[in-house]
Amino acid sequence: MKYMFIMRSTAEALEAAKEIPFEEMINKMGAYNESLIKAGVMLGGDGLADVSEDANFVVDFSGEPPVVTDGPYGETHELFNGFWIIQVSSKEEAVEWASRCPLGPGAKLEVRRITEEADFADFADNEYIQKESEWRKQEADLNSENG
Amino acid sequence: MTGAEAADKVRRRIDALWRIEGARIVAVLARATGDVGLAEDLAQEAVADALAQWPESGIPRNPGAWLTTVAKRKAIDGWRRAARLDERYRDIARGLQDEDAVAWEPLDDDVLRLVFSACHSVLSREAQVALTLRIVGSLTTEEIARLFLVPVATIQQRIVRAKKTLAAARVPFEVPEPNEWGERLGAVLGVVYLMFTEGYAATSGDRWIRPDLANEALRIGRILAGLVPREPEAHALVALMEFQASRFAARTRPDGTPVLLADQDRSRWDRAQIRRGEAALARADALGRGRNSYALQAAIAQCHALAASVDETDWAGIVLLYEALGRIAPSPVVELNRAVAVSMATGPATALAIVDRLGSDGALRGSHLLPSVRGELLARLGRREEARAEFTVAAALARNDRERAVLEGKAAEA
Repeated sequence: MKYMFIMRSTAEALEAAKEIPFEEMINKMGAYNESLIKAGVMLGGDGLADVSEDANFVVDFSGEPPVVTDGPYGETHELFNGFWIIQVSSKEEAVEWASRCPLGPGAKLEVRRITEEADFADFADNEYIQKESEWRKQEADLNSENG
Repeated sequence: MTGAEAADKVRRRIDALWRIEGARIVAVLARATGDVGLAEDLAQEAVADALAQWPESGIPRNPGAWLTTVAKRKAIDGWRRAARLDERYRDIARGLQDEDAVAWEPLDDDVLRLVFSACHSVLSREAQVALTLRIVGSLTTEEIARLFLVPVATIQQRIVRAKKTLAAARVPFEVPEPNEWGERLGAVLGVVYLMFTEGYAATSGDRWIRPDLANEALRIGRILAGLVPREPEAHALVALMEFQASRFAARTRPDGTPVLLADQDRSRWDRAQIRRGEAALARADALGRGRNSYALQAAIAQCHALAASVDETDWAGIVLLYEALGRIAPSPVVELNRAVAVSMATGPATALAIVDRLGSDGALRGSHLLPSVRGELLARLGRREEARAEFTVAAALARNDRERAVLEGKAAEA
């Protein structure tokens, strides 16, 4: 089973986190990532840049056409600021790893199982599932040209 | 929640904890006792205590430390009863006194010692695989039995015997000396890869692949690469397994029949996994010690992984990689694979000459591989009668039911 750990924090918690020496935070996160890597369960992950950065934006699909705005980021006042992808054998194991993440008050990990092809087995003939398949093939072609 | 439900919840929690902490707990105990088998027994007794106590008492804040401490106490009690107040007892007693929440954290070296013990050459291949899954992969006996489709009792016996053999041979809980290091590491990697290949292309039984077994091997391979980060072979093995595992979804039809490389829907290959393979191969290459056998195989798998179709595959490059592989790890299977690559790069006639030379050497006698490749080449040369005969021979020799069915199909089509 593959899971995505989605790190979310309130703006206040993110502000508060700035009080903690950055190096201390890097060390804690680094140790956590290392434990995932050494256990052989880490498939990937990344942090997301601070929402105040100009490079970020939101596309709002409430209207037609969609509107590109610079926020707000989500209704819950919790910001999505990083993620991990891990592969484990059970939900319990995912709970165990998620609980070890070095986050503080105001932060949450949303943990979601990543869907597999088997989840769409009943829709294999669906036009859009086929398109998805085609898109992945194009990506493969692109990779082969670059590779 | 009923008592039974609570107990079941704790059981599942312990299984998850065990998978994460098991190897480290056994490693600490093995360092303390000098005996891997005893360490594993003690750890299991501690797990049994946890199963009995945690549903009532709740799960302790640091379960790994709890299990280790309980196991160590059991060791001391045992020795006390046996009136064996020897050096080892005093060491453990000392260790226990300065126990705190993190004191049980083992060194990576201890886990590495565990790996070398589980893959020690005094053990049979079967025993090495079972013990590695048990104490390095931290799988339960039931899980291992399920992976190999054998009764739980079989795996239990295999593990008990393995532990007794290690004790009888007085295998020290140590990493190998520098002069043995290469060979011993090679043996460890061999065990992991054997585990993987048994999952990737089961040699017997009614299923062609067992992805769960292969995924466990891959996880253990990643653990190993983390323990010996300066060893290119370990990273190369991970790369090879990542590339091969990236094709799992495309390798079988829904009914379980195998789909051969040429016919696979490449859009179903796992791109993220291919990228992890590339990263692992890059790590191996970055160590700058040249490409070993796993790295060459990984590079071949990479050529396939990055090709959009069979026709667009860099077959000439693959031929070169097989030539290099044949020089450092000569084997009839490598030669046969080279022949297949040659048939794609230059044509079936040149390849047939290689296969015929292998055949007259008597290599691969009794294996379905040679006649099945020969059948393909003959079919491409339009020699249908001969092709059919070869496929029929190959089908009779195949041990995997699914594979046999594919070969019979080819015989009928030729």
